[in-house]
Amino acid sequence: MPGRHDSDWDGVRLHVVTGKGGTGKTTIAAALAVALATGGHRVLLAEVEGRAGIAPLFGVPLAPHAEGHVAVAPGGGEVLALSVEPEAALLEYLELFYRLGRAGRALERLGAIDFVTTVAPGLRDVLLIGKVYEAVRRRVDGRRVYDAVVLDAPPTGRITRFLNVNREVAGLARVGPIHHHASSIMQLLRSPETAVHLVTVLEEMPVQETVDGVGELRAAGLPVGGVVVNLVRDPVLAAAELDAAADGLLDREAVAAGLETAGLGGRRVEDAGLPARVRVQTLADGLLVEAAEHGVRLRLGDRQFRRVEELGRPTYQVPALPCGIDLGALYELAERLRDQGLA
Amino acid sequence: MTRGAGGTGSRRSDTGPGRREEGAERRRGGDPDGDPVRHPMDVDALLDDPATRVIVCCGSGGVGKTTTAAALGLRAAERGRRAVVLTIDPARRLAQSMGLAELDNTPREVPGVDPAAGGRLDAMMLDMKRTFDEVIELHAAPEKAAQILANPFYQALSSSFAGTQEYMAMEKLGQLRAMADAGPSTSTGTGTGTGASMTPGTSTGAWDLIVVDTPPSRSALDFLDAPKRLGSFLDGRLIKLLSMPARAGQKAYLKVVSAAVTGTTTALSKVVGGQTLREVQAFVAALDTVFGGFRQRAERTYELLQAPGTAFLVVAAPEPDALREASYFVERLAADRMPLAGLVLNRVEVTPVEGLSAERALVAAEELDEAGGHELTAGLLRVHADRTRRRERERTLTAGFTHAHPEIPLVRVAARAEDVHDLPGLRAVGADLAKS
Repeated sequence: MPGRHDSDWDGVRLHVVTGKGGTGKTTIAAALAVALATGGHRVLLAEVEGRAGIAPLFGVPLAPHAEGHVAVAPGGGEVLALSVEPEAALLEYLELFYRLGRAGRALERLGAIDFVTTVAPGLRDVLLIGKVYEAVRRRVDGRRVYDAVVLDAPPTGRITRFLNVNREVAGLARVGPIHHHASSIMQLLRSPETAVHLVTVLEEMPVQETVDGVGELRAAGLPVGGVVVNLVRDPVLAAAELDAAADGLLDREAVAAGLETAGLGGRRVEDAGLPARVRVQTLADGLLVEAAEHGVRLRLGDRQFRRVEELGRPTYQVPALPCGIDLGALYELAERLRDQGLA
Repeated sequence: MTRGAGGTGSRRSDTGPGRREEGAERRRGGDPDGDPVRHPMDVDALLDDPATRVIVCCGSGGVGKTTTAAALGLRAAERGRRAVVLTIDPARRLAQSMGLAELDNTPREVPGVDPAAGGRLDAMMLDMKRTFDEVIELHAAPEKAAQILANPFYQALSSSFAGTQEYMAMEKLGQLRAMADAGPSTSTGTGTGTGASMTPGTSTGAWDLIVVDTPPSRSALDFLDAPKRLGSFLDGRLIKLLSMPARAGQKAYLKVVSAAVTGTTTALSKVVGGQTLREVQAFVAALDTVFGGFRQRAERTYELLQAPGTAFLVVAAPEPDALREASYFVERLAADRMPLAGLVLNRVEVTPVEGLSAERALVAAEELDEAGGHELTAGLLRVHADRTRRRERERTLTAGFTHAHPEIPLVRVAARAEDVHDLPGLRAVGADLAKS
């Protein structure tokens, strides 16, 4: 059993993970859940967008609106997952808070459930967050059921509005149980028990959204967590070479000489008529184009990384894995996040 | 997810002479990547066809929908169409490049578009609250409209609740289409009742092509569901129940409604609080006059989407999530009998170095390391190997989609080192789209 592990987020029980589409937010949320479960903890990973993105990551089926086991973690931990369904959440909520068993069904017949979960769009968010809140607070025999909950949340552009929806509700329903419930949820979301982490890649638009998102979260008084920089590219080349590559200043003759030494550049059938020297030069030119694009990408990435650093938040980096994400890759990402202190 | 080197699709497992045939097939396909496309999409034919009146770009978030919509609009305009692009939430610099400094719901001409072919390009950003307000103002009597606009429930619904965007995007599309049909000089009396109130001095109508970017909905086709949901809601008993107390007196209300329903109202009142329920009821009652028009228009927009003049483009990136969503879109569109023009596969990894596998490049790099003196070449070979691996992975993922949907036309757009945020960039994307 490993000794006491240092995390930057001790005391946080609700980890909200957001990010622009395509940045790998669900993957990072899943890896964070595994990381948090490491060492014998019980962690719930919840998704709320009806995209069913978690099940394929772990390679297990997941029944709708049921908390199911998806993975074990090193040291005896366990990750459960939940895909929150607004309809089920509403009925549950009515049952739990108001004991509206029959009236709840009457509401369903009237189309009220449809109304709340689909037509009145914001109410859906209320229910989704309500369910997550319930999981964070749930106790059995006085003991917390989950040590931590990870929420695979809506994208950065919508996250503040999503999390703040209960403030809106508390304002609309100024008294009564809904007001009370919405206020308790806002209290949790604004407390040090919550952290909103942002996932980004080192490209202009996702970083801009991250910067905007952090600003919006701060303005709304929601606790900004760390920034996870995903899909970091391996530089492969030394810094000086990258610079020269980006500027198109690499030595073409040296590259061609290397290719000749390696015996490359002479095998393509359609080029068979050309002299070997020309073929090697063509290959060298192609590799230089690739190197230039690689250099430009990394240079732009460095610029974006400085913008991320300027946010002044703890920053975590995870690499692009060449073969994509499977269960093994998820554990590898979890370990890296843990090593860097996100969990 | 790992796979061997070589072939482009799972249907080909041999790596010997087959590779040569594959090369020949690639060149015939004319794809920038050299990957065979069984059904390349002819984007220019789509843009040039005067029968194409609406193009809807849909797909999951972060795949480049807005950029694709803008690039299609620009290309269409420079090929002679009078096009308007409706964007939902463009990145700031992309919006600026199209002359959209503010989110003000007003179509404006995009400066810098080449007018040689006789076309033009307008663009606008959706302002969902303004659109909603306009619908209310158009359909309710003035004092009723004022009542609705002042209702706290309406204000929350129209400005801060997610999902309203989908409804309003469809509403705006309907408006633009009505304006396009009405032409530039007409601002009244086409009988469609969908004319938008436009600020004077801005572009109105005369478009023969509308390109729509869809909101990054959580549930992919929320915007398709909007009319039906609204319809079933309006036909439902809930709305009658909610609107009754305000419509009739409390006495009449009690006479009409059964005890069970009264119980439900009490339950509702218990849940949301009496004051809130009264506000909701006032809101629903006030909206009652607007709803009919709203629903009719929603249904008309839905029919418009199914009409032959509409073309859906599903935009995806070669990543598992985006492709899974794309499959869902394609199936959903088919189920709703929506005309699908094809799949745009964005940000595809391409390489100028054909015929050098990742494995061979890595072996060569190791040999050079051993021999010494060629560190630069070894490094470049490793860069190539990384890139080739990414490309192979993308191809495997894409093959999963194309095998499941072999009949769907496809176009690939190469990944760019830099983000697109000016007209030349959009032009280049447009050229890529038309390459297949």
